[in-house]
Amino acid sequence: MSLENHPKDAMLHDRSIGELGALLDRGEVSSLELTRHLLARIEALNPVLNALVSVTAAQAIAAASLADRRRAAGESGPLLGIPLIHKDIFCTDGVRTSCGSRMLDNFIAPYDATVVARLKAAGAVMLGKANMDEFAMGSSNETSFYGPVKNPWDLGKVPGGSSGGSAAAVAARLAPFATGTDTGGSIRQPAALTGVTGIKPTYGRVSRYGMIAFASSLDQAGVFTRSAADAATVLQAMAGFDPRDSTSVDLPVPDYRAALGASLKGLKIGLLKEFSDGLEPRNAALIEAALEVFRSLGAETLEMSLPNLPLSVPTYYVVAPAECSSNLSRFDGVRFGYRCEDPRDLMDLYKRSRGEGFGAEVKRRIMTGTYVLSAGYFDAYYLKAQKVRQLITNDFRAAFERVDLLLGPTTPTPAFAIGAKIDDPVTMYLNDIYTIGANLAGVPALSMPGGFIDGLPMGVQLIGPHFAEARLLNAAHQYQLATDWHDRVAPGIT
Amino acid sequence: MSDWEVVIGLEIHAQLATRSKIFSGAATAYGAPPNSQASLVDLAYPGVLPVLNAEAVRMAVKFGLAIGAQIAERSIFARKNYFYPDLPKGYQISQYEQPVVGRGAIDIVLDDGVRKTVGITRAHLEEDAGKSLHEGLAHASGIDLNRAGTPLLEIVSEPDMRSAKEAVAYMKKLHTLVRYLEICDGNMQEGSFRCDANVSVRPRGREKFGTRAEIKNLNSFRFVEKAIHYEVARQVELLESGGHVIQETRLYDSDKDETRSMRSKEEANDYRYFPDPDLLPLQIGREFIESVRATLPELPDQKAARFAAGFELSAYDAGVLSASRELGAYFEAVVDAVGAPHAKLAANWVMGELSSALNRDSLEIRDARVDPRALGGLLQRIVDATISGKIAKDVFEAMWSEGQDADAIIAAKGLRQITDTGAIAAVIDAVIAANPKQLADYRAGKDKLFGFFIGQVMKATEGKANPAQLNELLRAKLGGA
Amino acid sequence: MSLSRQDVEKIAHLARLLISEQQMPVYVTSLSAILAFVDQLAKVDTAGVAPMAHPLAGQTQRLRTDEVTETDQHDKYQANASAVQGGLYLVPRVIE
Repeated sequence: MSLENHPKDAMLHDRSIGELGALLDRGEVSSLELTRHLLARIEALNPVLNALVSVTAAQAIAAASLADRRRAAGESGPLLGIPLIHKDIFCTDGVRTSCGSRMLDNFIAPYDATVVARLKAAGAVMLGKANMDEFAMGSSNETSFYGPVKNPWDLGKVPGGSSGGSAAAVAARLAPFATGTDTGGSIRQPAALTGVTGIKPTYGRVSRYGMIAFASSLDQAGVFTRSAADAATVLQAMAGFDPRDSTSVDLPVPDYRAALGASLKGLKIGLLKEFSDGLEPRNAALIEAALEVFRSLGAETLEMSLPNLPLSVPTYYVVAPAECSSNLSRFDGVRFGYRCEDPRDLMDLYKRSRGEGFGAEVKRRIMTGTYVLSAGYFDAYYLKAQKVRQLITNDFRAAFERVDLLLGPTTPTPAFAIGAKIDDPVTMYLNDIYTIGANLAGVPALSMPGGFIDGLPMGVQLIGPHFAEARLLNAAHQYQLATDWHDRVAPGIT
Repeated sequence: MSDWEVVIGLEIHAQLATRSKIFSGAATAYGAPPNSQASLVDLAYPGVLPVLNAEAVRMAVKFGLAIGAQIAERSIFARKNYFYPDLPKGYQISQYEQPVVGRGAIDIVLDDGVRKTVGITRAHLEEDAGKSLHEGLAHASGIDLNRAGTPLLEIVSEPDMRSAKEAVAYMKKLHTLVRYLEICDGNMQEGSFRCDANVSVRPRGREKFGTRAEIKNLNSFRFVEKAIHYEVARQVELLESGGHVIQETRLYDSDKDETRSMRSKEEANDYRYFPDPDLLPLQIGREFIESVRATLPELPDQKAARFAAGFELSAYDAGVLSASRELGAYFEAVVDAVGAPHAKLAANWVMGELSSALNRDSLEIRDARVDPRALGGLLQRIVDATISGKIAKDVFEAMWSEGQDADAIIAAKGLRQITDTGAIAAVIDAVIAANPKQLADYRAGKDKLFGFFIGQVMKATEGKANPAQLNELLRAKLGGA
Repeated sequence: MSLSRQDVEKIAHLARLLISEQQMPVYVTSLSAILAFVDQLAKVDTAGVAPMAHPLAGQTQRLRTDEVTETDQHDKYQANASAVQGGLYLVPRVIE
């Protein structure tokens, strides 16, 4: 799958955002050239990976030309002219926004999500929209209406989900960065399984406006990059208060890039006991190796217990479906989206449009959520789960009184085979066992490449207190200066 | 019928008079072309989020303060989940467990002058739904979402009312109050102020309430009264024939004057309320409350009490004149013009001639063709005896249609009253001389003929003789003085 | 917690989802398994714990100034709808 026809550009897709910015600034490459190069790469590789569901070549060319004109007019900026891929959960004005669902296969968003608008304003160039689990419900990208995404490290394996297309695209270097969303691990888990860096910021740090809701109190937008330094650059542009999102937080955004260089001397890192207990030995060894790197950088490490953390998955599988069941009620075949043929009556319109428009996992979660909110079960499930959620959150709060960051694995195993778990929802849900806690508590977390098992990438997860993104990125960047896991590229995808 | 006691509670939906919707920046104006005021948020487009309108909160707090209710320091927006075409999100954002306005009360005055206090359980903020239209569409309904997202204050009463009349009095009182507060335009035809009535009956003397039926969407005072009458009769008949009332939602059909079951086919509603994760707890601080309190106008009851005490009006008159802020202001401006000692005269004219003229021409008080200063000027001419009250009515009509002031009309038409004693006496003498038989009959004891002489003099003077003077002089002359 | 077919039918109706005959048993099994899995929450002692509705404690609702900021764009917005007539969204006739 090499691209022999483009020897001059061969290395362009390997460059970081920082390097590309320098090339653009020096005029050694134009955004148009860079964009054309990556569009060609997508054309060559996407049929195999299925990472993108829409390629917006014409818009990309126009946006790249505009970026070049802006630069020629004296403007500069770290993302001016840098290509990206948006997860297809973000509304993009005039472009199909499918959310991986038949329900929205015909949906042209009439507006830009705030994340999209901010990156557009920063001059980033959208190449296309990334495949994803349907409505972000899945951990393998197999629930997409557009078929599974292939893991660039092994085309028989899943890339993780729900932001599997974004992760695979960055891992295959189809774009230097891609947006994602993380409701229970949907950025960190696929980042880990594809060997890239992915950050889920604090709940409220990045606007949710225009991001199609799955579970409103858990969803948060973030980014996939090949390094923490690039993630700092992108998050800088994405983060910030948005008056259109009542849950967006009105706090200044710190200078993430400026914080990258800080020494880790004296940083207290807690190893999550609940995650290391019973961990597969090779995974445990990777975690221990990561701790050793941090110790060598001057950090102190200690074991921390968050006793309620093992309850994260059952708590999540009450709260998230409850919110999803309500959020997805708007898809009724009336104002947008799939509408069944010749409805007999209103009930038929609703039931068939929704029954035919939604896939199996989405229907399962809507029904789970409908059940846990229904009369007679609300207290036992929904209310109980929200109380346990408070206990889990209290655990995090207590932990961050003693340590600066928590560390643990991102996933229990490396990428699994396509088809291996899709028929067993509970087993599939347990893939997110290490990532869900951060969503429940709303704290920021990051996954970075930390080694390999059976030739497949594994992630190390860092979790911080609310609004400690700068600290997470600083620690990850220092780790990446001392290691080269993040520089490894999938063999066969050159 | 007398064996049964009626129990009524009302849920009143008042559309708040904000410029934009409760959660979006779309306009709330009535009557716009279909869906022209439905923004992405109102249409429940994927990805959009609600942001709460400050003015809606301010208005809810204003209402709470006016009914002496506790304002919740913290209130929560919840989602009420159900599918219906006029509800684009598939849920309505409403307040469920923690409403913004807590318990309060208002007083109503019944026709017999008896005062009664009606408890208000709570008032909460929520969004209105859109409308389903059927006309001109074959086998289809058309959905207009212009109304979707209009802020509503739902005001829930205690089951304190015991008759349809009480229910109407309560509803009218709230109607007056929300317009006083300028939080709702009160336009019932446009649905700005509508009501659901919970009606039950119980054997007189029993404490336990009977099973209630909820009658939906009553949008006039008359319909509320008629629907309750019908529903009470239906329930009593049902119970007396050995049946029982089922708890259900019913719709009042004004054409047939009956209520009928609305959702008999439907499953029991399961709204699956839960806190809306897109909205945070609404925190209302002391400072906010005090800033709203500072904007509270004089309330209807306060105004009525002031009118009654300050102008020596009856409770009834004071109540009528304070029924709206505009009417109260008009009345006070008339009093200003004519002088406080003549407030009763002003009250009679505002409730009499002015009100009839407004009714006849279907005008609101703000559109009155005679402004309060001009009406005061007219009354001044009665007070100073320039014209009689009877002539004044003609002058008023002329002012109403011609727009001139009283003095100009009096001068132009020569309506100035004859107050010269000699002139009046001369006319009297002439009338007496011309009617010797009537004079004889009168003196023989036929007292009623006094009126005949008055009439003859008035006829001769074209109604301009000062009535008091005429009375006195005529009595003396007929008596043979 | 194990669900019966009737339970699942009731939930599917409440959620307005048509579930095919063949798929019904799959949902009965998987939804029962999910509920059995989350049932472990019942054992957790949550006495005195307030339910957490939102991840950021202490944040309160921000208020928007009452201004009309939207313009009529119904043509654009209705481009995504399957059935529109005279500016109205069409649904099968609603009888009340």
